[in-house]
Amino acid sequence: MALKKYAPTLRWAWLALVVLIAFGVLIAGLAKPRVPAANASVFPPPVSQLDPTSWKVASISDVDRWTDRIDRLWLADLDAKNLDPAPDADWLTLCRRLSLTLVGSGVSLEEIRDLETLPEHQRFSTHRERLLKDPRFHHYFGERWARILVGTDGGEFLAYRRRRFRTWLAGCFEQNWTHDRLVKQLITAEGIWTGNPEVNFLTATFDTGENQPDPVRLAARTSRAFLGLRIDCLQCHDDFLGNVALGDIHSPREGLQSDFHQLASFFTAAKSEGITGIYDGDVDYEFQYLDASETVKVPAKVPFQPELLPEEGDARDRLAAWITHPKNRQAARAAVHHYWALIYGQPLEAEVDDLPLDSDPHPMLDALADLFVESEFNVRDLIRVLTSIGPFQVGSRYDSGIEVTRVHERHMAVFPITRLRPEQVAGALTQAARVQTIDRDSTFLIQLLANTGINEFVTRYGDVGEDQFSDESGTITQRLLMMNGDMLRELAEHNPLMNTSAHVSMYQASHEKMVEALYLATLNRQPTAIESEHFASRLNEADDRNEMVEDITWVLMNSSEMAWNH
Amino acid sequence: MTVQLCDSRVHLHRRTLLQAGVGAGFLSSIAQRLAVADENNKKRRHLEGRHRPKNVILLWMEGGPSQLETFDPHPGSLTGGDVQAIKTSTEGLEISELLPQTAEMMHLTSLVRSVTTKEGDHERAVYNVKTGFRPDPTLKHPSIGAILCHADQRGGDIPRHVSILPGQWPSRGGYLGPALDAFQTGDPANPVPDITSSVSQPRLRRRIDDLQNIVDREFYRGRLSGIEQNRTLHRELTASAMTMMSSEQLDAFDVTSLPTSELEAFGDTPFGRGCLAATQLVQAGVRCVEVTLSGWDTHAANHSFHETKCATLDPALASLLKRLDEQDQLDNTLVVWAGEFGRTPRINPAEGRDHWPHGFSVLLAGCGIRAGHVMGKTAADPPADFNGDDLSKVVENPVGIEDLHATILHALDLEHDHELETSIGRPMKRSEGRILKELLA
Repeated sequence: MALKKYAPTLRWAWLALVVLIAFGVLIAGLAKPRVPAANASVFPPPVSQLDPTSWKVASISDVDRWTDRIDRLWLADLDAKNLDPAPDADWLTLCRRLSLTLVGSGVSLEEIRDLETLPEHQRFSTHRERLLKDPRFHHYFGERWARILVGTDGGEFLAYRRRRFRTWLAGCFEQNWTHDRLVKQLITAEGIWTGNPEVNFLTATFDTGENQPDPVRLAARTSRAFLGLRIDCLQCHDDFLGNVALGDIHSPREGLQSDFHQLASFFTAAKSEGITGIYDGDVDYEFQYLDASETVKVPAKVPFQPELLPEEGDARDRLAAWITHPKNRQAARAAVHHYWALIYGQPLEAEVDDLPLDSDPHPMLDALADLFVESEFNVRDLIRVLTSIGPFQVGSRYDSGIEVTRVHERHMAVFPITRLRPEQVAGALTQAARVQTIDRDSTFLIQLLANTGINEFVTRYGDVGEDQFSDESGTITQRLLMMNGDMLRELAEHNPLMNTSAHVSMYQASHEKMVEALYLATLNRQPTAIESEHFASRLNEADDRNEMVEDITWVLMNSSEMAWNH
Repeated sequence: MTVQLCDSRVHLHRRTLLQAGVGAGFLSSIAQRLAVADENNKKRRHLEGRHRPKNVILLWMEGGPSQLETFDPHPGSLTGGDVQAIKTSTEGLEISELLPQTAEMMHLTSLVRSVTTKEGDHERAVYNVKTGFRPDPTLKHPSIGAILCHADQRGGDIPRHVSILPGQWPSRGGYLGPALDAFQTGDPANPVPDITSSVSQPRLRRRIDDLQNIVDREFYRGRLSGIEQNRTLHRELTASAMTMMSSEQLDAFDVTSLPTSELEAFGDTPFGRGCLAATQLVQAGVRCVEVTLSGWDTHAANHSFHETKCATLDPALASLLKRLDEQDQLDNTLVVWAGEFGRTPRINPAEGRDHWPHGFSVLLAGCGIRAGHVMGKTAADPPADFNGDDLSKVVENPVGIEDLHATILHALDLEHDHELETSIGRPMKRSEGRILKELLA
């Protein structure tokens, strides 16, 4: 009876003991890889411990040389299509593009005023170099790449830590890891998902109850993220629609079901053993192909350029070496294309992860792949080149009456108008409402308000998930949220402690200056003469100036321009 | 069959009295004529119902309710826990004692007790059950509501896909686009979010005027031809938002003006009010309403948590079915009760049950779904070492979630194997499952 009476207490005590032991095991360091990896990653140190001189920065002449080469290709293409490039965008527009792309928000009024103290020709490059060293860039690109690499699914909680993975990626961007190093680290990851966060690339594919990385999902992810090939359909059958070409890169053949599963076979070498995490084992993959009567052993083979695959070594090491081989131009093109899409908000080809082997690559993409390989896969240099070339520098409109068509956009005669992602809209709104830059130097309250507000806003606005470059228009829900939502109302209202609108109303000398400051803070540009005159007139006629400033802020925040990159 | 006039599940409807043949005895001639006219109207609506657009109300139990404490009790078994079974309006069918009101409405439903999936993680399982597909790294599939709205583009002033009390993962448009995401709203006791402007109408009009005629006009000048009509749709969306803000159809979200007795019948809880609002919304033209009741993830104290949750669920579910039946809305409204998985037969040391995708319950009613039927069966005492390898050890007649989806789409008059064009150019069937004819009337 006594035992029965205390049964619930004993059960809880037993549970607590088990949790305590598990925690102790982790703390004691038993959770190490079974076989120490030669290339085991070091978790990137915090910013404060970084040595800025360790960053490899290409010489200016290199970037200029590469930029010149791409520009010549771009202009030749425009010439062939009889298109004139639009006039260059002004420095404020270019800086807005940079901020939206690299840190997911607009340029702050503080940053603009600071840049205005520099000669105009230095403002863009100065802003870019500052952003590349800014933790906001590291974390934002960490999140964007996390979506490319593991999507937005939660995965199995016990074996997957998305936040840890994203932070690890942020550290890689902070230290300017080369792209090939990043890819190798992900594919050959070993250890436990908490200690070696890159392991989450593999454990994100754990299926319930099986507790092993899923080679099929990893093959699909690898082919898209690292090879720029959509071979998912080969999972079930040979290609019979002419959609997938593989084999000899000079004379590709139709994709086969075996191509997919042979790629998947490499990942069967990634084994999981409970608390010790992922370790390297043998390739052991069996599969029953369509119309086959029995399962067969599937060897680990690559879908093209087999001559680049090392003959010796662990399976995943060999695969990583093959993907990052300087002569694997398809992989280099795929990497460059992902960065292009992140910078421009849309891919150069129709889809970011679909660069068919049997199609001629876009000349600019091909040249950029050359440069990426030549720079030893230096990500920051690639970003410098991508943002220096004509397609980025050009404006999104003509002032000479030329009608802009989709052809102009497709050939980058104008900068394409692309919809901002939800977190970019939220980031831009939040930043617009603060005079000072919201970053890690901001007060805790500002950061808390910003992060909380952005998360709530994105949830309601509708996170686009993994589909990063869809060309969707907005939704009614989004318009309602922008017009009537709490976040925008609080950001626009007259709040002397926090908001730009109140500061503008209190400190600007004239109504024209007020309008200018509101435009700079929200849309990161000067008002046109029509806009300046109209809104200055509104302010002149207003009974309540604070209310009118709030209204103008609301209008600017609700504009098309606020929600689109241009 | 003998009609029991005191039976609450058939109650004193005029139709019931007529069926019982006692109306002539004590109804006045006027009352008789009214009753006959009412019955004829119902028959007419029933016939019309076959041609009315089909709608779906999804009662989403986020967290994964225990089949044992809801629709599949095994009292007296090693795994049965403390719950007892009670009889229902379907002969031979017993469900949990925690759902007494629902028990009286089971004659309207089909109960599937053998649903199986391969997903035991909440997010993945929610995706699986709501879309009928397992998560795919290359593609986001649409939910049932999105497919339904995509197939029939007709609409009114308010969104046609609505999620009331959305959980962590409300239904999405997937590759059909974010425009088909469910419009999210909270407790119907409160106003619809973001629908009311914080400024006066004249001030709002001035803002919209400045927005469209000054700022947007300057932005569009010299840029992509047709940018407003073909790219941003900003003016159109703003107009739609303004229309919705002043639409009378918004009243369908509001249940606060209904008689207290009706609110109390549904339990007068946020979930109950959500179910009540759902009945109004489908009548107002909304095609899919998802109403979420969260908090079913009972890894500890399973029984007491289920007592609490079922106290909320029971009156709402029973009243929803009853109201739809009385209004002849079940002809064109499908009710689906489901969660992302069930819970383990084994009770853990914390008196809880863990995740169990190997045989759990889903309830369906309306739109031609067979009434008063049970499909599948779970083992009363499944082997303790079951590891998912052989389902026959734990469930009879297993039903894959993809088959359930195919059946639901069929009930909604949609071809389940119709191929849709995805954003990646890959044709994809609405469902890869097969129709479960056993569930059709």
